[in-house]
Amino acid sequence: MTPVSSKLYTDDVSLLVVLIDTNPFFWNSVKSNLPFSKFISHVLAFLNSILLVNQQNQVVVLATGHNSCDYVFDSSVAQSQNQRAEHLLQKLEEFVDKDESLCREESVDGQGFSLLSGSLSMALCYIQRVFRSGPLHPHPRILCLHGSPDGPGQYVAIMNSIFSAQRSMVPIDACVIGTQHSAFLQQASYITGGVYLKPQLLDGLFQYLSTVFATDLHSRAFLQLPKPAGVDFRASCFCHKNTIDMGYICSVCLSIFCKHQKKCSTCGSVFGQAQAQDSSTPPNPNPKRKTPMDA
Amino acid sequence: MAAKQVIKRAKYKSAVKDPGVPGILELTIERFVFRPNDPKSTTKLNVEFKLIKGHKFTKDGSKQALLNLTQDQGGNYIFEFTNFADRDVCKEFVANALAFHSESGKTIPEKSDVPVNEHLSTAETEQRIKLLQENSELQTLHKQFVFKGILTDAEFWATRKKLLEQSDGRRRKQRLALKNEMWTVKPLSDGQSNKVTFNLTPEIIHQIFSEKPAVRQAYLNFVPHRLSEKDFWTKYSKAEYLNSSRNVSVAAAEAALDEELAVFLKRDDMLADEARRKVRRVDPTVDMQADEGDDYIHLQDHGLVHDEPKDYMESQYEPFRKSFSQDLNQHGAVVLQGRVLDAELRDTRSVAEAIIRIKQAELSDEVSTRNLERDISDRISRMAEMEDLQGPRDPAVAPLSIKDPRDYFDSQQANALKALADGSGGERTLKSSVSSHEAYGSLKNLVSHNRVMGLTEPVMSHEVALKVLSALTQNISSTKFHLGSNPHESVLDRLPKSTKDELLIQWTSVQELLKHFWSSYPITTKYLYTKVTRMKDAMSQIYLKLQEIKESVPSDFRHQVSLLVHPMLQALDAAFAHYDADVQRRSTKG
Repeated sequence: MTPVSSKLYTDDVSLLVVLIDTNPFFWNSVKSNLPFSKFISHVLAFLNSILLVNQQNQVVVLATGHNSCDYVFDSSVAQSQNQRAEHLLQKLEEFVDKDESLCREESVDGQGFSLLSGSLSMALCYIQRVFRSGPLHPHPRILCLHGSPDGPGQYVAIMNSIFSAQRSMVPIDACVIGTQHSAFLQQASYITGGVYLKPQLLDGLFQYLSTVFATDLHSRAFLQLPKPAGVDFRASCFCHKNTIDMGYICSVCLSIFCKHQKKCSTCGSVFGQAQAQDSSTPPNPNPKRKTPMDA
Repeated sequence: MAAKQVIKRAKYKSAVKDPGVPGILELTIERFVFRPNDPKSTTKLNVEFKLIKGHKFTKDGSKQALLNLTQDQGGNYIFEFTNFADRDVCKEFVANALAFHSESGKTIPEKSDVPVNEHLSTAETEQRIKLLQENSELQTLHKQFVFKGILTDAEFWATRKKLLEQSDGRRRKQRLALKNEMWTVKPLSDGQSNKVTFNLTPEIIHQIFSEKPAVRQAYLNFVPHRLSEKDFWTKYSKAEYLNSSRNVSVAAAEAALDEELAVFLKRDDMLADEARRKVRRVDPTVDMQADEGDDYIHLQDHGLVHDEPKDYMESQYEPFRKSFSQDLNQHGAVVLQGRVLDAELRDTRSVAEAIIRIKQAELSDEVSTRNLERDISDRISRMAEMEDLQGPRDPAVAPLSIKDPRDYFDSQQANALKALADGSGGERTLKSSVSSHEAYGSLKNLVSHNRVMGLTEPVMSHEVALKVLSALTQNISSTKFHLGSNPHESVLDRLPKSTKDELLIQWTSVQELLKHFWSSYPITTKYLYTKVTRMKDAMSQIYLKLQEIKESVPSDFRHQVSLLVHPMLQALDAAFAHYDADVQRRSTKG
C-alpha cells in the first residue's frame, strides 16, 4: 500500500469491492443459462478492464459461499499482471474446498441461500480500513454479483450493513443474475444510491458490467444509468423471518413482528395490555369462555 | 378559544343581489355582532352561534367573497368581504364556533373527558390560518374533516406541531440595539441668561448606566438617601459640563468642594478593573509583547500629537484627567455588546440595579470562565498543530435522511405493477434437491476448467454485445421518456388528472383518519370512544368513494387503479377488523 499512498488521488480513482456469489446449489440450477465458467470469464475480463481504466484503481474480490465468505483477490497485493487471473482462480478453488468442508447438510432443496450479509460486512470492514489508512484514498464502492434468492434470516444483518454503507457514503451496486429480483439488493441500491440491474441477456454479461458498473463515482454524475421502476420495500418479520406487508412494530426499537408479542425480543421492552380493562378483570374460571388474549 | 375574536370589515346583505350595508363584523366564539358604519342605520345584528346551523361560502375567485350563515328556520345572514383572505379567516372562525357549539351540545355531561379547549393566542391562530392558506392540501384536509365535525381543530393540529413550530421560528422580532451616538453634551444654552438645559430621557439614562459603571454605582449609593433623583442628575450634568470645558484645574477645584461631584469628575476605576479582566482573557497566542512597544495607553493622550505644549500637571490634578479615546473605546464596546436589558423599565433605580445584576452574573459565572479557559487551551493546541502527531480523523459521515412517506406509496405501486408484468417469475424455482457433494464437485470442476482453459477469446460475440447495448439504451431512454427525468414520477402521472387528484386526496385522508384511529387505542375514556366511532364512520365513507373512483376510470387504467387502491383498502380492513374485535371483546365482558 505504501507506494500508492504517496501519489495524489484524483476524483476518478475507485476502489471496487466485488462480491461474487459462489453458492454451488444456485450455480447447479442455472447450468443451462449461464454456466459458472462463462460467468467467471466475464467477470475476470471485467476486472482486468477496471484495472486498465486507471493505474491507481484497486479491486478486491470476495467470494460469497453457502457457509462462509472469504477474500479471493486483492489487487493491491503485489503480483504480476499476467498472474492475476491465476491467483484469483487458485484462491477460488481453495475457497470452494473450504466451503465444502464446512457444509453440514447432505442435500439442499432448491437454490439455497448464500451469505450475502457476511460478505457485505467483510467488504465494509475492508473499506473502513482503507478510510483510516490516511487522508488520501480512492473512492470505494461495492458491486454485488448475486443470483441466489434472498435469505429472510439475513434481513436484519443486511439492513444493518446497508445503513452503515449509507452512513459511510459507500454505494452498493447490484447485478442480479438469478431468475428473480432480489428485494434486499433493490433496497440496498436505493438507499445507498447505487445502481440495480437485472440483465436480460446473460450471454452479454461483460457488456452489461462494463457499460453500467465500470464507471467511477465521480463520472456517474454525468451519466444516465438504468433506474429500476420500483423498489420492493417489504420487510421480514424478526420472529419468523417471513416477508410481511402488515405487522406489529415495537415503539422503542422499531423491530417488526408478524404476531402480537408480550415482550420485544430485540430490546426487551414489555408491551402493555391492549385494553386497560383487561388487566383489572380477574381471570375467568369458566373454561368455556376464552380468555381475552390478543391473537 | 374563548379569548379569540375576529373583527373584519364587511357588508351585510339580506340577499345576494342586495348592495349591502357596510359595517364592521365582530366574531367571538359565542356570537357575532354586526355594526353598520352609518350610525343612523337600523341593521344592527347580534346573533348567537347557537342559533346558526351552517354556513356557506362562494368559491375563491368568484365575483364576490360571500359568507352565508344559515339558521335552521330558513333565515340567513349574508356578508360580503373585501377580499377572500378576510372571508377565509371568518369562515374558519365560524366553522370553529359551530363545531364548538355542536360538540358542546353533545358532550356537556362528559365534560371532564373532553380535552381542555386550547386557549390559543391570536398569534397561534394567525399562524394556523396562514399555514392553511399556504398549503392547499392541508386546507382540503382541514375542510374535509374539521368542518364536518369528524375531527376537532385541536386534534388536527396536534399531529402537526412540527409545522407550527417551523413557521413560528420565523417570526422572532429583531431586537433593538443601543443608539450608536455618544451622548455628547449638547445643552441648550440661552445666550442671555446663565442657564444651561440638559435633556435626559430613559434611553439616555440606560446608555449612561451601561457605559459608566461609576455613575451607576453612585446612583445606587446616593439616591434616595443623600440626593433626590433630580439633584443627582443635576450634579451629573454639571460634571459633564465641566468636563466638556476640558479645564482640569477647574474640575479639581469643584471636586474638592463637592464630594458627590468628585465621583463624576474622577476617572472611572471600575472601568479600569473591567479592562484588566478583559486583558486577562485575551487569546494567549496574540503577541502582547510586540504591542508593548506601541504602548500608548500610558502616554498622555494615547500618544496623539498635540499642538499645545504639555502643561506641567500637578499631581493633585491627575485623577481628573480623562481621555477622549478611552471614552470612545468604552462606548464602542458597550454598543457592540448590545442591549443587555430587554425590558422597558421605567424606574431608573431598577434599571441600574438590573444592569448591575447582569454584569455581576457575567463576572461570577464560573462555568463560563471554565469554558473560556478550555477554549483558550483548545485554540493554543490548534494553532500549534503538528501534522504527524495528529490522531486519526473519523471519516466523513452522511447525514440522516428520513424519506417522505409519499415516496413509499409511489414506488411501491410501481413495483407491484412491474411484478405483475414480469409474470409470476418468482415461482419457477426448481424444487429439486441436490446433494451438496455433487454441487460442490461440479463447481470445483468448472473452476479448474477455467484455470486450464484460460479466458475465451473473445469474451463474448459482438452480436450479443450490440444487442445488449441497444437494449440498455432503449431501456434507459424509455424510462426517461415515460417517467421523465424526475426519478420520483410514477405510475400516478399516467392516469388522468382528475383521477390522480382524487386518489391522492383519498390517500391523504385515509392516512389522516388511520393516524387518529390507531392513536385512540387503547380506549380508556369515553371521549376516545366517540372519537373512534367518528373515525370509523368516516372510513366507511371512503370505501364508497374508492369504489366510485374505480368505476369512473376508463377501462385501460382500471387495473392499475385497483392495484393502487389495494393497499389503502387493506389498511382500512385491518382497522375495521381491530375495531370489530374490540367491540366484541367489550360486549362479551360487559
